[in-house]
Amino acid sequence: MSPASRAAAPREVPALAAPRRPRLPRSSERVLANGLRVVAVRRPAVPLVHLRLRVPTATRRARDIGRTELLAQSMLLGTDRRSEAALADALQAMGGGLRAGGDPDGLTLAGESLAPELGGLLDVLGEVLTGATYPRALVERERTRLAERGRLQLSQPPSAAADVWAARRYGEHPYGRRIPRPEEVLEIAPGSLRATHGRRITPDGAVLVIVGDVAPARALDLAERHLGGWAASARTDAVPRVPAIETGPLLLVDRPGSVQANLRFGGDAPDLSDPSFPAVQVADAIFTGLFSSRLIANLREDKGYTYGSYSTMRHQRAGSSIAVGVDVATDVAAPALVETLYELGRIVTLPPQPDEVEAAVQYLTGTAVLGAATQSGLADTLLQLVVRGLDVSWLRDHPARLAAVDPDQVHAAAAALLAPSRLVWTVLGDADRLHAPLATVTEVTTLAGA
Amino acid sequence: MASTKARTGPGVVERTTLRNGLRVVLLPDDSAPVIGVAVYYDVGIRSEPEGRTGFAHLFEHLMFQGSASLGKMEHIRYVESSGGWLNGSTRLDYTNYYEALPAHALERALFLEADRMRSPAVTEENLANQIAVVEEEIRVNVHNQPYGGFPWLTLPAVLFETFPNAHDGYGAFAELESATVDDARDFFARYYAPGNAVLAVSGDLDPDATVALIERYFGDIPRRRVPARPDFAEPAPTSERRQQHVDRQAPAPAVALGWRVPDPADLAAYLPVLALAGVLGSGDASRLTRRLVHADRTATDAGSHVSFMENPLDVRDPTALVAEVRLPEGGDPDAVVRAVDEEIARVATDGVPPDELRRVVARTSAELHQLADNVMERTLAAASYEQQRGRAELVWEVPAMLRAVTPEQVTAAAATLTPTTRARLDVVPGSPS
Repeated sequence: MSPASRAAAPREVPALAAPRRPRLPRSSERVLANGLRVVAVRRPAVPLVHLRLRVPTATRRARDIGRTELLAQSMLLGTDRRSEAALADALQAMGGGLRAGGDPDGLTLAGESLAPELGGLLDVLGEVLTGATYPRALVERERTRLAERGRLQLSQPPSAAADVWAARRYGEHPYGRRIPRPEEVLEIAPGSLRATHGRRITPDGAVLVIVGDVAPARALDLAERHLGGWAASARTDAVPRVPAIETGPLLLVDRPGSVQANLRFGGDAPDLSDPSFPAVQVADAIFTGLFSSRLIANLREDKGYTYGSYSTMRHQRAGSSIAVGVDVATDVAAPALVETLYELGRIVTLPPQPDEVEAAVQYLTGTAVLGAATQSGLADTLLQLVVRGLDVSWLRDHPARLAAVDPDQVHAAAAALLAPSRLVWTVLGDADRLHAPLATVTEVTTLAGA
Repeated sequence: MASTKARTGPGVVERTTLRNGLRVVLLPDDSAPVIGVAVYYDVGIRSEPEGRTGFAHLFEHLMFQGSASLGKMEHIRYVESSGGWLNGSTRLDYTNYYEALPAHALERALFLEADRMRSPAVTEENLANQIAVVEEEIRVNVHNQPYGGFPWLTLPAVLFETFPNAHDGYGAFAELESATVDDARDFFARYYAPGNAVLAVSGDLDPDATVALIERYFGDIPRRRVPARPDFAEPAPTSERRQQHVDRQAPAPAVALGWRVPDPADLAAYLPVLALAGVLGSGDASRLTRRLVHADRTATDAGSHVSFMENPLDVRDPTALVAEVRLPEGGDPDAVVRAVDEEIARVATDGVPPDELRRVVARTSAELHQLADNVMERTLAAASYEQQRGRAELVWEVPAMLRAVTPEQVTAAAATLTPTTRARLDVVPGSPS
């Protein structure tokens, strides 16, 4: 007889010990003369330092998302002092890296280096911000790569499904375009980026976060030395208002031959600073954020329909959103939709059990501590807070806000967040095989694929 | 000045072995009130039987289905409601289970891992359910994904000839569906003995108290025979091995090349290969990116790394250096492969300037430091190093060992990557038919 088939007697699960108070990082801050706000935190665990720079610069039209992304991708192609290769060599020699990414709300530059090299890293950053040259031939090369990447993302169901949902929710608003279209990217004039940089990459409203094995005062001094010369422009920057959510039939976008249906549904969510945010977080965790959540317990562990479901809350300047994703085999798409509607109906019409709320609160509290326990995680978290006008005290006070959430508040939050009638629904998959079964559950509109 | 040995922080490792053979390593570090717990079983994809492809991974799923004291989903619920997260993975040479939690959940986490090491709930119902879940996982990651499994699932089949090294570790649906409860019980009995596992715990913990808790929860799991690890060695290719894979979802061609490398157990011979992979294909300063992406513009992305699906210090022999290139629509893979050959030959004949090697080592060291900053990554690395190399201290020691690699060693490693000893796999975009 094998050991596994011999029933071992059940034992009692041990209780938790008394929680230890996380030591919250002390942050130091300085606003430079050009308006750049710099926040520095010492975390000496390993001999590295991380920086995150956020430049708010709104994209006005969905078709211009590609221009923002190409600008980010071309920033490190050369400066008035160094070539592309010399920049890459300099960063590598510091054990470092520097990456830029664009989204409809702005640009983020993220980098790191061995701790003693922070001055060198900030020097490269300052040089790029004030002297990026956007050599035409190299921008052309990056334009081709960005177009190829767009083609790839459109061919990948997870990224394509996110784009389909965003377009259905936001239409022509820039939030509605997750993947720059190759044909739009290829129309961008390579010679125009330098002027775009001058107009959009300015310190007005920008934030720099530095976390690592460095004294905060030294980090602030180095930032001032290397970024003090980045000239302000007093530009105004506003994100276009997002259209009101327009519900309606489930949109089925055809991907012929797809062996899965990629279901996405979601709607508007409150900002981090909204009083209802803690209850919303708990509602989301109970519905699908936890691995032991209701939707995963049902769709995966009971029915075997999916590998997993997940939700994403995006905190954007003109309004936050929540979107839930579930990928299921084509044959079970309709029953999976039925179960999803059942779980949504349950969480928006009845308060959750107190132990479900307690579990979600513990999970959200503990994983926040884990997330802030690395240099890079703390840098990301701090940036997200500081950009929204919050600071490290939000991190300190949030556990108490979560602990105060009760089942009725979760019920109210869920009703506002997840009511099926307030959500936008999309499916990417083989329309020939999906339309009839889905249409037996809900009204469906079909669209040819991209 | 009197010095006392630090008992917390980087570099500190405490180890013990229980009477049932379970090896334990502790890495105390009180810089944050969090802990990582990892159990590594010394069985992976290479050990699964013929006719049962994908079984090691399927069994990993079954280990989350409950155990002697825990009903279905309870293990997961206990970790999450204690403020933590968890996962597991199946690789060529190991299967691991791990969780990161606030420090006050240490005792509970140890109990949960011990309970499933003692007696996982292997039932018909759980097996049928998890076969369906694994099939969805394969659809998400392979069948419904352009370039799905390229090259980590598909290149080994070209480079290797024996079943353990060459087969698809996700498994064929027909073989997954033929798995039985008896197969699972036998697999557990054979490979999941305490003596075939390493338990690593790191973070804000007291070593003596933690050892006492580990004795309490794991100590009475009966000792069982530990299977001898088979020798998976096979001869390296003596002529180029090639395959083409038509992918109707892929928008553009791609090509992967693989070469056998020295046994990872011999770090002195293996680390120069890691440095070579960095010189050739890690980041914007690397030679393949400069040549193919920046200069020739024949590729949209190019890179190289060692091993197929795990990190290069987490795998046993045999493994490979892999170069991977994505081409634009209509690109010419033969031209790309010729350029890769030229770049490797250039390293082999002209050598690597010392400052280039220093840069690559600086970057690789920074990446290793960053992993060590994360309590979970640090725990995983410690468990793996202890299991495969008997030395958890490598978590902190590898950067200095990399700095000792010489340009001559990198040049010599490059000379072994010849066109006649490699495997080549092309992804050819196919039109839907």
